[in-house]
Amino acid sequence: MANHHIDIHHVAKLARLKLSDSEAATYTLQLDHILDYIAALDQHDLDAAMPTAHAEAVFDVWRHDEPRPSFTNEQSLANAPKKSQGQFQMPRVVEE
Amino acid sequence: MPRYITTIGLEVHAQLNTRSKMFCPCAVEYGAEPNTRTCPVCLGLPGALPVLNLAAIEKTILTGLMLDCRTPDISKWDRKNYFYPDMPKNYQLTQFDQPLCIGGGVPLYELSYPKDAQKTIKNPGKVVKLTRIHLEEDVGKSTHTGAGTLLDFNRAGTPLMEIVSDPDLETAEEAFAYLNSLRQILIYGGVSEADMEKGQMRCDVNISVRPEEQKELGAKIELKNLNSVSAVRRAIHHEVARQTECLERGEKLVQSTRRWDDDRGETQLMRTKEDAHDYRYFPDPDLLPIHTSPILERMRVHKPELPHEKCARFVQDYAVSAYDANVLASEKPLANWFEQAVAADTKVPAKKIANWVINELLGHLNASNATLADSKVTPQALNQLVADVELGKISNNQAKEVFEEMFATGETPVTIIKQKGFEQVSDSGAIEKLCDEVIAANPAKVAEFKAGNDKVLNWMTGQIMKSSSGKANPKVVGDVLRGKLG
Repeated sequence: MANHHIDIHHVAKLARLKLSDSEAATYTLQLDHILDYIAALDQHDLDAAMPTAHAEAVFDVWRHDEPRPSFTNEQSLANAPKKSQGQFQMPRVVEE
Repeated sequence: MPRYITTIGLEVHAQLNTRSKMFCPCAVEYGAEPNTRTCPVCLGLPGALPVLNLAAIEKTILTGLMLDCRTPDISKWDRKNYFYPDMPKNYQLTQFDQPLCIGGGVPLYELSYPKDAQKTIKNPGKVVKLTRIHLEEDVGKSTHTGAGTLLDFNRAGTPLMEIVSDPDLETAEEAFAYLNSLRQILIYGGVSEADMEKGQMRCDVNISVRPEEQKELGAKIELKNLNSVSAVRRAIHHEVARQTECLERGEKLVQSTRRWDDDRGETQLMRTKEDAHDYRYFPDPDLLPIHTSPILERMRVHKPELPHEKCARFVQDYAVSAYDANVLASEKPLANWFEQAVAADTKVPAKKIANWVINELLGHLNASNATLADSKVTPQALNQLVADVELGKISNNQAKEVFEEMFATGETPVTIIKQKGFEQVSDSGAIEKLCDEVIAANPAKVAEFKAGNDKVLNWMTGQIMKSSSGKANPKVVGDVLRGKLG
């Protein structure tokens, strides 16, 4: 198995996950396996393959610019743990 | 003392004026009750699927055409991953490596510079190079209160163009001109209202200062929270001075993001490179790529005549000065108004009409804090007024009085001239009678004229203007007097 140098703690931080040491070891191993699987592609000659942006060769799926009715304020906030003044309320965030 | 070079790049976000959002059919509407223009897609509810808004793609491609960009054949959308409450999916749908527009540039118009800097433009005719324009979604609006942060997602999902310039600007004044010119062009194309005060256009500034002898760019420092074009100018002036002072003291500048505080007139550190985001872009599997060529071809016919093109045509076709043409072309409705006024009767010199539009119409609009849309004066009425002056029916000063009235009431010049009794007597029979009287009453003056003193004619004309209570057409009077005195 190739060593993919996964910085598991960085990845966990980006996903806002707190991992114990044993969890970190488990996931490092699992992610290594996934990357091995992807690396299998390296064994094939892909020079003639065109890069694609999507698994399906389908393009140009869109809608026309026509507004449709939205949620009511009550519907929008139905799942909100906390609300105030018709808005979602959350702990104060400072940055940006 | 070493000299320093400033390098500036701008990232502008401009909301497109579509009727519905970028990835869902909620209406785009400013000022609606909070969270009433929302749906599962723009609230980021699990399982909701986005669908592209074709009009937003068209408007972005049109913007690319106006700014001379290239559009790649295939364009796609990507996820930009980060956690922030105004973005409930925890990723923003944006474009990473295949944006809708690449390259191009924004011309800096002379009148787009700050008024006090228009006489000292360092690089006249400069076109600021663009890196790219991509199409993404706006985020929700947060309000910070003592009790916590409140979120309204009405704005979330509004189509947003991010227009990224190269580090191609040198001064705060160029940045100021860039934003004004860009805004003018976006409005011309009908793609965005681009009002910074309303948040329809927002701007981040990347700025770096380095000693002249240093080749590579200095540390990139990003400025945020710039809410007007003049705030951008102030912030850059402050930041250039601050960075220069740091370098003079021998300090090392580090890549960082700073917030502009317009009240205090200074920037404050928000974060340094160590805390820079790692966005882990990847193609969005819920959206499919698009072929751009058919859209590009379709949009070509919608490309408007741009401000600088209009300006050149006005100089060429109407013989107005470059400055006047710039003023007239600065806003499309004004340019149209002017052209309608000229077209109402093409015998009236366009240059004269331009003067009236710029000096009187714009002057009165500014003085009364009104816009062209509020004007009671029609293009046809102005043409008539200028025609009357040209034909000598009324004097220039009288015309100004008439205009005053037209502006206040919307009455036609004909009516106002009648009301004010300004109608000049051009009927030569009546004028001849007045001339005969003056000649008969002033034999000494007649002798002076015959001896070669031409100025006497003005004096006599003045007498006749008096005896006709200003109604006689001075040009006709002069002609008649000359004829009589031989």
